Amino acid sequence: MALNTKPNIADADGFYAKLLAIHRGLNEAQSHALNARLVLILSNHIGDAEVLDAALALARDGV
Amino acid sequence: MPYDYRPFPYTAPPGLTAPEPRHKVAIIGAGPIGLAMAIELANHGVASVVLDDNNVVSVGSRAICWSKRSLEILDRLGVGDQSVTKGVTWKVGRTFHRDREVFNFDLLPEDGHKMPAFVNLQQYYVEEYLVERAQALGIDLRWKNKVVAVDRHADHAVLSVETPDGSYRLEADWVSSCDGARSPVRGMLGLEFEGELFEERFLIADIQMEADFPSERWFWFEPGFHNGQSALLHKQPDNIYRIDLQLGWDTDPEVEKQPERVIPRIEKVVGHKNFTLDWTSIYTFQCRRLRSFVHGPVLFVGDSAHIVSPFGARGGNGGLQDVDALGWRLAAVVKGAQSPDILAGYDRERVFGADENLLNSSRSTRFMSPEAGVERLFRDAVLHLASRADFARPMVNSGRLSRPCVYPLNAPDADLPKPARPGAVAPDAPIDGGWLLNALGRDFVVLALGQDAPAVPGARSLTPNVNDHLKRRYLGGAAKTIYLIRPDQIVAARWVTASADEISAAMAAAWGA
Ligand SMILES: Cc1cc2nc3c(=O)[nH]c(=O)nc-3n(C[C@H](O)[C@H](O)[C@H](O)COP(=O)(O)OP(=O)(O)OC[C@H]3O[C@@H](n4cnc5c(N)ncnc54)[C@H](O)[C@@H]3O)c2cc1C
Repeated sequence: MALNTKPNIADADGFYAKLLAIHRGLNEAQSHALNARLVLILSNHIGDAEVLDAALALARDGV
Repeated sequence: MPYDYRPFPYTAPPGLTAPEPRHKVAIIGAGPIGLAMAIELANHGVASVVLDDNNVVSVGSRAICWSKRSLEILDRLGVGDQSVTKGVTWKVGRTFHRDREVFNFDLLPEDGHKMPAFVNLQQYYVEEYLVERAQALGIDLRWKNKVVAVDRHADHAVLSVETPDGSYRLEADWVSSCDGARSPVRGMLGLEFEGELFEERFLIADIQMEADFPSERWFWFEPGFHNGQSALLHKQPDNIYRIDLQLGWDTDPEVEKQPERVIPRIEKVVGHKNFTLDWTSIYTFQCRRLRSFVHGPVLFVGDSAHIVSPFGARGGNGGLQDVDALGWRLAAVVKGAQSPDILAGYDRERVFGADENLLNSSRSTRFMSPEAGVERLFRDAVLHLASRADFARPMVNSGRLSRPCVYPLNAPDADLPKPARPGAVAPDAPIDGGWLLNALGRDFVVLALGQDAPAVPGARSLTPNVNDHLKRRYLGGAAKTIYLIRPDQIVAARWVTASADEISAAMAAAWGA
């Protein structure tokens, strides 16, 4: 399977707002930890190695 | 040519010499919303008196972007064609990160609408046109009449008004408070204005220059020419360009306002010195609203009821939709045709509309001006990804431009095209001899396509010949349909076919709504 980089979230603004809201009240270390957990949860949901490899590469690109 | 601010004439009001008979409606504030309110009421046959503490149009342009829906409302008020002719029509917005385009939008990709997606026109022109129209309709406009106290009674209010010649009292059954973001009336009634202030400052400048920038909205995140902050460039008539520059919270507004600070900043944006400053101002953005817009005989409309940050142009445009939702209801109450209870429908619908505007504008402001920490982290991640992955582009938020909300109506509906569902503005379409929206907008209309309209007391029927646009927007796959459309051009209910009784029942519900 190929990594889907096309828009795929119906209400992107709404999702983005929720993403920020879930961090409210956390300090920096707690936020980092939350993000790490989120990455692991979503990665497991995806499962497919090809997709995960492509996502890892895209995230690293340009750094 | 800079705008010529001509003062409107003050004349001593009759109330200074003898008590005036009680007015049906007094409107406080002759900004775009108060003026629109007075004209809308006049269109419904209701006279009003408009009191304004000042005697000129908006100094500095403030609002520039007028949405399709606002233009449709202005058209109904009699100033639509003028506004479009004078204005700069646009529909494309481009968002850049550094020097790369990361997102663009086209707001009206289809034809067959009388009004364009957006027109840029300085607020002072809109006010000038509305004043001329109000004068032509014989509306009682009172300049330099400042309301200093409001006494609420069960069925009327008493205003204390100061003029250059002294004070007087004015009684009115209803008061429409259109006195702007700082609304003194809100204070007089002791009402709280709830919401949030963003710790951010923007420099807003209108400059005059000969240039050939396309009539598109350009927004930059972290452009090289402005030190990593945000910037916006947007064209207006008369070779005026709006420039917004993010300054940050720790800047001193008094210092930043000085031309010797402003001019070099603008030179960096436009790349030369051949411009003159028309107007500059420093803004802090707030997103707030009153809990309720109806307080006995006092009805809040426009900025006095709600304020948003301007990225999205939801302030003036949202206010005109308030006028839309209030006019027909208030007129029916004033004429004694409906109970004052129906004004709860205005409150409910426009609180809903205001919340949608507040939500969108606070999200945009957050994205432009993220708090340090995780907000900043995600914002920068979206911008980083936007040039690499399509999905991140629509997440880039430089303002979601004003669109009318769809009211949540509990009304008869059928399997027909979604954009014309109950609660939505009836989509415009060409009809024989003109435009559909011009044939709607003073009364309830039964729009029947592919069949005769049943005669319904209190409603007018409209049976235009079906063309492709009407078919696409109203029929979809159906061969026939009936729509009930409110005086504010909102779809109240729709059926494939319906009896006069069913339509009457839906109309009664729409009045009550
Ligand atoms: C920088 C900026 C950019 C903006 N851009 C846009 C845009 O692109 N599109 C958009 O739709 N909106 C925009 N807005 C918002 C828009 O300007 C306002 O929403 C609009 O002016 C609201 O109109 P109003 O009639 O409610 O209030 P106002 O225009 O503020 O009018 C209020 C009137 O009440 C009068 N008044 C006040 N107190 C009293 C009193 N005690 N007695 C009598 N009269 C009184 C005032 O003199 C004034 O004439 C922008 C705002 C800003 C600041």
